[in-house]
Amino acid sequence: MYVYDQYDQKIVDERVAQYRGQTERFLAGKLTEAEFLPLRLQNGLYIQRLAPMMRIAVPYGLMNSTQLRKLAEITRVYDKGYAHISTRQNVQLNWPQLAEVPDILAELATVQMHAIQTSGNCIRNTTTDQFAGVAGDELEDPRPYCEIIRQWSTLHPEFAFLPRKFKIAVCGTTQDRAAIAAHDIGVELVADAQGEIGLKILAGGGLGRTPVIGSVVCEWLHKKHLLTYLEAILRVYNQNGRRDNKYKARIKILVKAMGVDAFRDAVEQEWAALKDGPSTLTDEEIARVQSFFTDPDYQKLDGDAAITQLDELCVKDPIFGNWVKRNTNDHRVLGYRIINISLKASGFVPGDITDEQLERVADLADRYAFGEIRSTHQQNLVLADVQMDQLYDLWQGLQAAGLATPNIGYLTDMICCPGGDYCSLANAKSLPVARAIQARFEDLDYLYDLGPLELNISGCMNACGHHHIGHIGILGVDKKGQEFYQVCLGGSQGKNASIGKVLGPSFKQEDMPDVVDKILSTYVTLRVEQESFLDTYRRVGIEPFKERVYLKEKACQA
Amino acid sequence: MPSLIKKGAIVEDDWSPVDPESPSPSSEQIYSLDQWLQLEDKAGSAVQIEPGQSPAPLFDFLQQIALVVVNFPVFTDGRGFSYARELRERGYGGELRATGHFIRDQLTYLQRCGFDAFQMADESLLEESLAGLADFSEHYQGSTDQPLPLFRRRV
Ligand code: HEM
Ligand code: SF4
Repeated sequence: MYVYDQYDQKIVDERVAQYRGQTERFLAGKLTEAEFLPLRLQNGLYIQRLAPMMRIAVPYGLMNSTQLRKLAEITRVYDKGYAHISTRQNVQLNWPQLAEVPDILAELATVQMHAIQTSGNCIRNTTTDQFAGVAGDELEDPRPYCEIIRQWSTLHPEFAFLPRKFKIAVCGTTQDRAAIAAHDIGVELVADAQGEIGLKILAGGGLGRTPVIGSVVCEWLHKKHLLTYLEAILRVYNQNGRRDNKYKARIKILVKAMGVDAFRDAVEQEWAALKDGPSTLTDEEIARVQSFFTDPDYQKLDGDAAITQLDELCVKDPIFGNWVKRNTNDHRVLGYRIINISLKASGFVPGDITDEQLERVADLADRYAFGEIRSTHQQNLVLADVQMDQLYDLWQGLQAAGLATPNIGYLTDMICCPGGDYCSLANAKSLPVARAIQARFEDLDYLYDLGPLELNISGCMNACGHHHIGHIGILGVDKKGQEFYQVCLGGSQGKNASIGKVLGPSFKQEDMPDVVDKILSTYVTLRVEQESFLDTYRRVGIEPFKERVYLKEKACQA
Repeated sequence: MPSLIKKGAIVEDDWSPVDPESPSPSSEQIYSLDQWLQLEDKAGSAVQIEPGQSPAPLFDFLQQIALVVVNFPVFTDGRGFSYARELRERGYGGELRATGHFIRDQLTYLQRCGFDAFQMADESLLEESLAGLADFSEHYQGSTDQPLPLFRRRV
């Protein structure tokens, strides 16, 4: 993982000092509310219903155990003893005090963390595949490029006051786990006809009110041009993106309005002035950053023996066996597996983790996973490198901390935004809906029988819970001051990303578990053999679901 | 006379502000883009750009213009940052002035994008705003005041 040198540390330290000054000026009445707003946002501070909410950057979802322990300490000292993993791999605090935020930032800086540009109309945290570096299907590790982009975008003088927020994601696999098509810019490592690896650049994707899948602006770009090309795209957007209407200000609207060909021409024209300039990446710089993402000290293990031994243990202890089956993935190195830690236990807020759990995970990571932890956009954690013969011990440790819920990728592993309980923009609460669905579908055998299922909930059109790309999406809507929920079906992320289709009129909160139940039983009736929910939906379309859900349902329609 | 920050000090302005209504602005005056486009002789001229007005029409006269003013009617509209860089990257060497409602916390960014003069809507803030220029001593990206990105300078 990347380690700061004196330059990186100085930039972060100076940022803390600057923000401390800004907070003091605000509290002394020298900065107006309106002036302070973008400044605090660019340091991750929202003012929410009950308290400020603070978003801490986790660059491309990578953390070490020291950082996790520091986060635990911060939640204990400055917050209520828990943190939240966001769908952009960041960490959020729900109860910090505005005046204490500079102290929190200073604490973070001691472990090479910050909250720079985690909010506001600027370039946000760059995200990637949570299995980067350990996935078998990877062309090249995307993390060095994420780090290069992080440095370039950090406190970029030209792009701090964009029309709207700007998100970049990078992936290096054929199976896109970083949802790059749903980002303002998506970067994919691809090989050209000669096999040389370069970058494919997409622009204009995004969720929110107008979900759009990104368009290809460049099929193959030499890696050295990464930064100048991004700069050209940002410059076209900064000058031409709409600023009169915040709902039309994202780059996706500009790309649609210009047409992707005209947009590409404008980018190429800007790029002509920047190409081969001093911001062109050098081989040395790429190699320097890559040197931070080399393999950990893997043991040479006998892969077959490890598998046989693990299989035996799984038979002996079926509860462990089930966890291995549901929550672990193949690793590219023999004798190792990737471990997913579910933060979706029934009765808990999806994505929340307590201070003690953070510390426990840090300890387990030190003992079994080279001290490294990743956060995922599914709001879970990952230990990427665990020896198979240590899985049992690790599992016991996770179980003791309530972190071994075996539901990764199943219905109850849902994404859910904070909704009306915390968020001032919400139309409706989302957490009680998540809780009710978790409670209804607690039976694991039924869950597994349903197969892979993504259920995403957002409390309003801003789509923080990514409801459009859930196989089942739930959206809070406001009807004459009352909270209702609209359901959409058939969304998906990844290579074949699609936007879900609205099922029909919305429902009351108390009816939601029944509605989900009917959707699922329709699927179970219609599926053939091993067909997944999404495949069944794609085969039969929305009608059978509609018929079943709205059959004699007049009473609960609104 | 109004004052502004120039080369790190507070000085008085020798130019008169734009008067877009005036049919025949004087030669000490800053022209609006429309007025400036009408000028026959652009040598030694001063012109002000508003958000949404691309600086492209200036590109052929960069060696002649004495002053380009970029207006920031609201500080959250960041188009002017790109205008400044485009002008400097194409070789403009004269005074590049930010005017309007930008705030102290933007001074470093403005300077890094090539502005060398800052005229703030509220002049009483000039003195303390000067301090804002010293917020950062190191930067990752190449920009106008330091074209070499950090990765070409790390030791
Ligand atoms: C409670 C405080 C929150 C507020 C006020 C808030 C506000 C917003 C707003 C206004 C947008 C829409 C922006 C746009 O479409 O341009 C948005 C988008 C988004 N939010 Fe939040 N949010 C909050 C919490 C969260 C949390 C907890 C998460 C993660 C679980 C999250 C993840 C996202 C994501 C991923 C998007 C992007 C959708 C896209 O790609 O356009 N937000 N948020
Ligand atoms: S989706 Fe809406 S309700 Fe949910 S966190 Fe985002 S802004 Fe708030």
